[in-house]
Amino acid sequence: MTTHDYDVVIVGAGGAGMRAALESSQRARTAVLTKLYPTRSHTGAAQGGMAAALSNVEDDNVEWHVFDTVKGGDYLVDQDAAQILCAEAVDAVLDLEKMGLPFNRTEDGHIDQRRFGGHTRNHGEAAVRRACYSADRTGHMILQTLYQQCVKQDVEFFNEFYVLELLLSEDPQDAKPGAEVAVAGVVAYELATGEVHTFRAKSVIFATGGAGKIFKTTSNAHTLTGDGMGMVLRAGLPLEDMEFFQFHPTGLAGLGILLSEAARGEGGILRNSTGERFMERYAPTIKDLAPRDMVARAISNEVREGRGCGPHKDYVLLDLTHLEPAHIDAKLPDITEFARTYLGVEPYTEPIPVFPTAHFAMGGIPTTVTAQVLRNNTDVVAGLYAAGECACVSVHGANRLGTNSLLDINVFGRRAGIAAAEYAAATASAPALPPAADAGVAGLVEKLRSSVSGGGTETVAGLRREVQETMDRNVQVFRTSDSLTAAAGVIADVKARYENIAIHDRGQKYNTDLLEAVELSFLIELAEVVVAGALARQESRGGHYREDFPTRDDEKFMKHTMAYGSPGGIRLDYKPVVITKYQPMERKY
Amino acid sequence: MTAVEEVPTELGGVAVMQVTLRIKRMNPEGTGDHAPGEDYWEEFHLEAHATDRVLDALHKIKWEQDGTLAFRRSCAHGVCGSDAMRINARNRLACKTLLKDLNPAKPILVEPIVGLPVEKDLIVDMEPFFASYRKIMPFLMPAGPAPERERLQTPAQRERFDDTTKCILCAACTTACPVFWTDGQYFGPQAIVGAHRFIFDSRDEGQWDRLEILNDTAGVWKCRTAFNCTEACPRGIEVTKAISEIKHALNTGEI
Repeated sequence: MTTHDYDVVIVGAGGAGMRAALESSQRARTAVLTKLYPTRSHTGAAQGGMAAALSNVEDDNVEWHVFDTVKGGDYLVDQDAAQILCAEAVDAVLDLEKMGLPFNRTEDGHIDQRRFGGHTRNHGEAAVRRACYSADRTGHMILQTLYQQCVKQDVEFFNEFYVLELLLSEDPQDAKPGAEVAVAGVVAYELATGEVHTFRAKSVIFATGGAGKIFKTTSNAHTLTGDGMGMVLRAGLPLEDMEFFQFHPTGLAGLGILLSEAARGEGGILRNSTGERFMERYAPTIKDLAPRDMVARAISNEVREGRGCGPHKDYVLLDLTHLEPAHIDAKLPDITEFARTYLGVEPYTEPIPVFPTAHFAMGGIPTTVTAQVLRNNTDVVAGLYAAGECACVSVHGANRLGTNSLLDINVFGRRAGIAAAEYAAATASAPALPPAADAGVAGLVEKLRSSVSGGGTETVAGLRREVQETMDRNVQVFRTSDSLTAAAGVIADVKARYENIAIHDRGQKYNTDLLEAVELSFLIELAEVVVAGALARQESRGGHYREDFPTRDDEKFMKHTMAYGSPGGIRLDYKPVVITKYQPMERKY
Repeated sequence: MTAVEEVPTELGGVAVMQVTLRIKRMNPEGTGDHAPGEDYWEEFHLEAHATDRVLDALHKIKWEQDGTLAFRRSCAHGVCGSDAMRINARNRLACKTLLKDLNPAKPILVEPIVGLPVEKDLIVDMEPFFASYRKIMPFLMPAGPAPERERLQTPAQRERFDDTTKCILCAACTTACPVFWTDGQYFGPQAIVGAHRFIFDSRDEGQWDRLEILNDTAGVWKCRTAFNCTEACPRGIEVTKAISEIKHALNTGEI
């Protein structure tokens, strides 16, 4: 075992992790541990834009952005956090420009802006141009720009180090309310060598991204297995609002590859088998630019009422054929290439088959507005921070607006980096590591290695498929008590059978077989949390739609879910929503 | 067409076919039949859909036949740059290459990209590649203090370097370059693309420092205009053109 000592350890090198690293490494000795090379992170797959009320092309202001974010999140958003998100958005975009990000430009040379779902002028009057963008590869530009700045600042990366355990000073579930629980470090597995490393640190930031692979049809990368959220849960800390998962309306049919909402922002129209622009029925004012939860449900509803397209009537069409090819090439080059490459469809002349795809976890590791991780409704874990998709501040509530996630990673990544470094500077030393700090991870790795010839009969791929298929079938856009109960049964069964798993590779070097088995264990536990929260939430709000409880119930459920792991299963508690100026109203677009 | 048996399936009429992947393997720790570090070819037979990606076929092998097969991947749709490999003797991304676009009647050859040390199977050591990228100072070097708002840039100025901003650092270009294979010093096409992205950015003032680096013996003059890099780029970047624009800037002193 190798032991390292840092002021700040950042886990994850996507947008949030690298934005944090740029702040932290200026102020404190910082290491960034990432399971991928930084430029492989899924921030790079984000397409459409980053919201900020710059008013570069039309009147806009922070208040309208806050209102849209709160309403878009079906009032489950913590309004103090949304205020920070939208107020700091302008500087977040300008900071990226100054770092060199190549935004698209207006004729007079300013950052160009375009329309996106749920972003409106004057509290819902009409769509507003708020998304700052770089063609349909805004996330790619953000990831590259942040990496370039990390190169400039000589940030220290540990590439292909899989962090598998979070070390705390004591078990938070045994600690009294108000007592201090502090972070001590993390334990990581090095892919190249199979060696286990312990990192002691005064501050740790989790920026580990999402968990889309709990579903089969997803826009998420293979590597988005929710490791960070899973480790937090195993450490005895809660996860917030995990039942709220966003299904992006327009994944390539059958594949789930993301086609940006920017396609509709640039004028694209959704049509059913009769050619009808059906969003006019669901959202008369802003139509195709309604928030994602509403559009995803509308598409699923068209399909199940028999108005789907194709031989199996199982998708709808995204029509760009009325747009000029030159306009498509300038604004939407990548997504139209995806349609050509993967479906053989030419978007200039043919509409593109689309269907909702699992896209984004609104929930995650609960944090304060300074990115400190909560261990219950009020106490924080000293020195532990989280930012980006793995975190829940909560700025997205029950449904995130498009372009607010690239904003989230920049605003709260920056806040986490500053707060973690300042905490480290004010702290004499990290808590002592427990004896044999690496024993847990070393034991886990050894157990899996010895499964190669241990007679186990279950496979990683087989169990993963069962979880993903039940999640797609039972926990997608439409949910019921019956569907969720069925999913819970499958997950419990898979969890038990995981004990009897066997892998193939006993090697020390580049053993991705072993790591897929570890990732699966996180997926199973997170699927369990999603389903438990969804079963208990007997209402419909944002991305969580219960057919047996089809309306929002503010009296009973205007509260955040807080899920804890326990020997008896998931234990649920609830936390109040922060409401400052916007009282809940019916959500119409 | 004897090796391919096409039968219709229930899945939207997409044909199921039998394919063979012939994969160049190496296990640094050895296997029962092969010494540590020894290269060998291994064939896998599987059933696949014509519209499957090579990455899907690799996953099918790893998940159903041999979990020890090692390769990198993440996004699976051509934007993260993890899975550049040599497929039928051409550098491509496994997630952007569909089986139907190869000739499935013959075994599909899959090898690691060439010119970087192989670590295990299709995984290579990317560090020398990233080291070259870091050498060209791949970050904006603007002149003067930052303005309060954004720096201005016209659409035409922005368009000037658009092509080279698309790079995903997958190394398909660099490891397709015959000069890179034989000359251990050459930065390779990607580092030049990375420099181009800044040299032709109107906001950047570091162009002469970067051009001086590229004028070095390891720099652009090593390029023999083989166009392999342009053909290999999965993002459609005109790599050879970018290199020639840099040569032109060095020759004329004009950008």
